[in-house]
Amino acid sequence: MRLGSLSRQVFEKSLAGEGLAIELGPFIVNIKTNISSLLPVAYPLYCAYPLASPSAMVDFHIRLAHRQGLRHWVKPQSVFFLDGRTPFVPSSLEHAFPALEWGINWCIATRAHHLLMLHSAVVERNGNAILFPAWPGHGKSTLCTALVFSGWRLLSDEFGLVRPEDGLLLPIPRLIPLKNESIDVIRNFRPEAVIGPSFLKTRKGTVAHVIPPEDSILRSQETAKPRWLIFPRWVAGAPLSLEPIPKSQAFLMVATNAFNYEVLDQTAFRLVTDMVKACDCHSLVYSDLSEAVAAIDALTRSTDG
Amino acid sequence: MGKVSLQTARANQILLDAILTPEKLPSLPPADWDLLIRVARRVRLLGRLEADLSNSGLLGMIPAKAAEHLRAARHVIEHRRTLVTWEVNRLLWALKGTDAPIILLKGAAYMVAGLPPAPGRLYADVDLLVPEERVAGIEEKLVSKGWFKMEIDPYDDRYYRVWMHEIPPLRHRERGTEIDIHHRILPRTSRLKPDPALLFEAALPLADPRLRILAPADLVLHCVVHLFLEGDPTEGLRFRDLLDLHLLLGHYGQAPGFWEGVVPRACRLGLARPLYYGLRFTQHFFATGIPQTVQDEINRLRPVWPIRALMDFLVPLAILPGHPDHPNRLASLARWLLYIRAHWLKMPPVMLVRHLSYKAYLRFRGINKKVDLAQLDLRQQ
Repeated sequence: MRLGSLSRQVFEKSLAGEGLAIELGPFIVNIKTNISSLLPVAYPLYCAYPLASPSAMVDFHIRLAHRQGLRHWVKPQSVFFLDGRTPFVPSSLEHAFPALEWGINWCIATRAHHLLMLHSAVVERNGNAILFPAWPGHGKSTLCTALVFSGWRLLSDEFGLVRPEDGLLLPIPRLIPLKNESIDVIRNFRPEAVIGPSFLKTRKGTVAHVIPPEDSILRSQETAKPRWLIFPRWVAGAPLSLEPIPKSQAFLMVATNAFNYEVLDQTAFRLVTDMVKACDCHSLVYSDLSEAVAAIDALTRSTDG
Repeated sequence: MGKVSLQTARANQILLDAILTPEKLPSLPPADWDLLIRVARRVRLLGRLEADLSNSGLLGMIPAKAAEHLRAARHVIEHRRTLVTWEVNRLLWALKGTDAPIILLKGAAYMVAGLPPAPGRLYADVDLLVPEERVAGIEEKLVSKGWFKMEIDPYDDRYYRVWMHEIPPLRHRERGTEIDIHHRILPRTSRLKPDPALLFEAALPLADPRLRILAPADLVLHCVVHLFLEGDPTEGLRFRDLLDLHLLLGHYGQAPGFWEGVVPRACRLGLARPLYYGLRFTQHFFATGIPQTVQDEINRLRPVWPIRALMDFLVPLAILPGHPDHPNRLASLARWLLYIRAHWLKMPPVMLVRHLSYKAYLRFRGINKKVDLAQLDLRQQ
């Protein structure tokens, strides 16, 4: 059952009561909140996401609540609870939604150590995936958004989740947070993409969330095999370049930019080695999104299969 | 019973059953698994559950999602174990040529000696006990070989140096692991004053002769000291430490002479009272096999009735985690009272008031340990 099949009233009542358990790829997140301003934002953005079956075990129990006390009257804030504890400083009430999104990522990054978590966007076509490991600000979310609205399936814009048992990539097609200029870039690139409200002056500037294509959300249990590693970097005005890079370099770039490479130790070494061996490795410098999408299309068609 | 106390009781029972009879876990209903994982995480026992289930070959018989959380915990523990092992190795390298006796304490000691609390235990720092007159030399040597003194405010630095049983933690420039150097097992200001010289006299060499471990009775006594005299106002007493105690008693209790010696040793070190509580509560929760003679011996040293009754009421409330969604106010009060009690035993009254008001002032100023998302790089977690 999808969240959108609940009426707004049931949605609100569940959130305020026992919470709503939503399936986000391999994770089930139960969210409770009494912050009513969150509901009109969250409902349309999460409409397409599947609800977990009532008997399913929940991975993260999250509650978002108003901060109590006198401050509430001066500067209302929201507090993020994970298992009854408050790991973060409270955020302003207007930023409750981006704070929730961030908090969920934090839960995954700090707890899901049964998987190797690469810091990477991942998209798939015909069962073959491209990983885009990149540092913040290198334009991985923007490029990934452009690709998933150009025929690729979204696995994730942030987490390359590798299953240690078979080295396959698990999808976690979350809302894609676009920052600052990227929001208009995507609006111009694909006017039909549904983008939520812009949150101004968050800690990362202006943030707005794109809903992934429905197909990506529906297929969120379908794994993919790593086939290409492309290290993207957006540079203003730069001519497009998509060049092969040595596998040794690719290995280092993947291993040093993971969430939990050290935690998985030998397993991580083996997984990244296998991945780099199985992938064609390229570096991409781009300034124009359409050119980058076309170049990736050409590259993957020439080597696909 | 109200809703909160029902939920508290349910969460605590699920945890206790899991620890006492892990072989029954395959028949636990999924809704209880959900709660067990949360509660066990809070008391840092996910790794222990994983180790118990894996030893009995039952990991494949529990819900897949629960197994994922346990596997994740195992990965973190193995990683921490590697870090701590390496830190001990580097420490020995840095201290080459020093003849100071170095005793490993707590987790690192359990790990290196292969004691029963080790499997599935989460290792945080490396804790050492060295003779007080050697502390400065060792600290200097480590600082010259790449460790640095963690930046703390002048109040805390003074607090450590003048009053405490350890110096401010050292951390290596490239590695995150902390080294805590102790020169006694309780603060200088404490009412209980176990003489560290006695501990060094009795300490035993580990497989690597440059390292030592406390003698069995002393190790048990340090465990009860840690359990009943250190803690944090929100976490309360650590259930993990009580389980360590139970496992240590089960292990050393097999050895000849241990039970005969433990109460006299506690008296010698002035730690009869914490030992009384340790034995009382391991027996209460884990039915630890304690010989009747030892029980009679320690009961002669027990506190007067009203204090006993109060502790019997407070400790079970404070040491069990309760339900994460239904915070129990009485349990929070018990945790806070036991925290005050621990400080009361460690500091003279005037100092205690000064110290707690300073800490309260810091909390009021909003200086706390929470993560600011702005500063947060998820990869560093």
